[in-house]
Amino acid sequence: MTKKQKRMLYRIIFASVVLIFAIVLDKAVKNINETLVAALYLTAYIAIGYDVITKAVVGLRYRRFANENLLMTVASVGAVFLGEYTESVAVMLLYQVGELFQSYAVGKSRKNIAALMDIRPDTARVIRGEAKAVAAQEVLVGEIIEVLPGEKISLDGVIVSGVSSVDTSNMTGEALPLDVKEGDSVLAGCVNISGAIRVRVTKPFEESSVSKILDLVENVSSNKTKSEKFITKFARYYTPIVMVAALLIAAIPQFFTENPYEWIRRALVFLVISCPCALVISVPLSFFGGIGAASSKGILIKGSGYMETLSKCKTFVFDKTGTLTKGSFVISEIKSERLDSKTLLGICAAVEQYSNHPLAQSVVRAANKNFKKLLVSDVTEIAGQGICGKVENRNVAVGNSRLMNSRGIFCEDKGASTIHIAIDREYAGSITLVDEIKDETVSAIEKLKALGIKEAVMLTGDKQEVAEKIAAQAGIDTVCASLLPQDKVVILERIMRRDKKVAFVGDGVNDAPVITRADVGIAMGALGSNAAIEAADIVLMDDNPQKLSLAVKIARKTCGIASQNIVFALSVKIIFLVLGAFGLSGMLGAVFADVGVAFIAILNAMRAMRVKSG
Amino acid sequence: MKKTYMLEDLDCAHCAAKMEEGIKKLDGVSFANVNFIAQKLTIEADDNKFDDIMKEVKAIIKKIEPDCVVVD
Repeated sequence: MTKKQKRMLYRIIFASVVLIFAIVLDKAVKNINETLVAALYLTAYIAIGYDVITKAVVGLRYRRFANENLLMTVASVGAVFLGEYTESVAVMLLYQVGELFQSYAVGKSRKNIAALMDIRPDTARVIRGEAKAVAAQEVLVGEIIEVLPGEKISLDGVIVSGVSSVDTSNMTGEALPLDVKEGDSVLAGCVNISGAIRVRVTKPFEESSVSKILDLVENVSSNKTKSEKFITKFARYYTPIVMVAALLIAAIPQFFTENPYEWIRRALVFLVISCPCALVISVPLSFFGGIGAASSKGILIKGSGYMETLSKCKTFVFDKTGTLTKGSFVISEIKSERLDSKTLLGICAAVEQYSNHPLAQSVVRAANKNFKKLLVSDVTEIAGQGICGKVENRNVAVGNSRLMNSRGIFCEDKGASTIHIAIDREYAGSITLVDEIKDETVSAIEKLKALGIKEAVMLTGDKQEVAEKIAAQAGIDTVCASLLPQDKVVILERIMRRDKKVAFVGDGVNDAPVITRADVGIAMGALGSNAAIEAADIVLMDDNPQKLSLAVKIARKTCGIASQNIVFALSVKIIFLVLGAFGLSGMLGAVFADVGVAFIAILNAMRAMRVKSG
Repeated sequence: MKKTYMLEDLDCAHCAAKMEEGIKKLDGVSFANVNFIAQKLTIEADDNKFDDIMKEVKAIIKKIEPDCVVVD
């Protein structure tokens, strides 16, 4: 509790005691001095209500008629005029109790959400001659920091000495620790578990992945859900309407009733109920809680609106390479008439090491490191075709059938994952690679289907047969293969015209236009990739497609909680408004309704912060 | 210029919404967001009018929630 809250608590206790005393004296003791009783009531009233009344009066100066302070003041003063001292004080008292509860609950929610996201350490132990503890912001790129076992890594960097295992669950939600050694990158926010490591800092504090994530999550509110927009509009119309209604209730019956006070009191009750606070607080709180919960599992949702859309998606479109598959190809066949496989692979790798193409990288990985001893020169990469160069002074061309044909060498087109090699203008052989499906893909798609996703679609630039093989393994319903990047957007648009909400999942690197176009664009393997984080609406911090179903679950739960709150708060309000108008509810009931509803709604919103794993 | 401020003692979500609306209407403000949960105000406005705009922003906030303090 804050100091302000504690003071309020004391005031509440004090006022309650005085009030009870006053009531006892008033009702139980005969011939009690009226003035004494009145003084007691007044004391309690002022003790509990002085700030409300002050704010109301100040508000009047600024023409703020629709604020709760004024309403409560009018209501309680009105009650005094009606001779109901007890009710007057009790109403003010209950109101303050309610406000205190609300303030406490919201404060607690904020703390919980902050704790969920408190993954950023503030200090680092930097080696400047000797180990010094400094603020993490002061460490420069290139400096070495030391992280002992049990400590949080404060900055992004590369390990220069030491071996350890690292708990990445803060960033990725991944429970299993990651083994790291010299040369491996580590991220700020992760916890070093077993061994002391020294890390060379590669990014300044404000640019570490952790800071970027926290920035994104904290500035999330600009993308509002339909519910949030509805609440804002609603509150704007609701309050003046209720106030006018209260005035009418007080005024009109005056002309033909024998009991004018009764109608004034009902109007006062109406006024007391008119604050829409429960609604306005609980809805954004629910979504913020959901976003916090998601980020604790390594799912970064950039706006509550995207959460809402995700919960409604029935169709998921996937990119194949890197998303459903590992993206690191494995050699399935090496064919050559003249050379033995190892030699062919070595020559191929010698040239491919200068290319960034995933196929090239896979070849390099698979080859025996001896190829590095080969003399390579005059390397030229030809986009869309392959790469050429001189290996041990012989002309080597490595690439697809288009490259071969352009050099006058005949070869069959065996598909996108077959590399042809020509040495000195003669066909030398081919290497075929396969893209392995990720271990988690099958269960990921199963889980999505279990959640009610109707269709899973795969879009790929790869050949139909290859795509269909992966699709069959993964449980994908529809396959569109041999696509150029621009085709992917066209097909996505076609699907979006047919289905209401479509999510696209890609690995971000080349899928930016499709990610942007989809209703919900989800990027995977995004750690460190700025382009993906920029384009996507939802970012999965690790490569794991199983997080998709978790994201959908969180989204649905959060939206459900928000709807529950709206329905609950609105119904209770309306019921009490009607009861109040018909004189069936006193002021106490009204305040209770208002405050109790707000409290329950906030508690319910806090439920959104809890996530079950898997 | 885009700047973020902390709003201490921002306790009423409805007030936060009213503040955001009022600030958005100010001349020279291109973007304004009041995040009730994080108790933050993010505002983007003309560089040369920024100080004057901030004065008006503080006035609006004071009017709506007198207890709330804008912290740089």
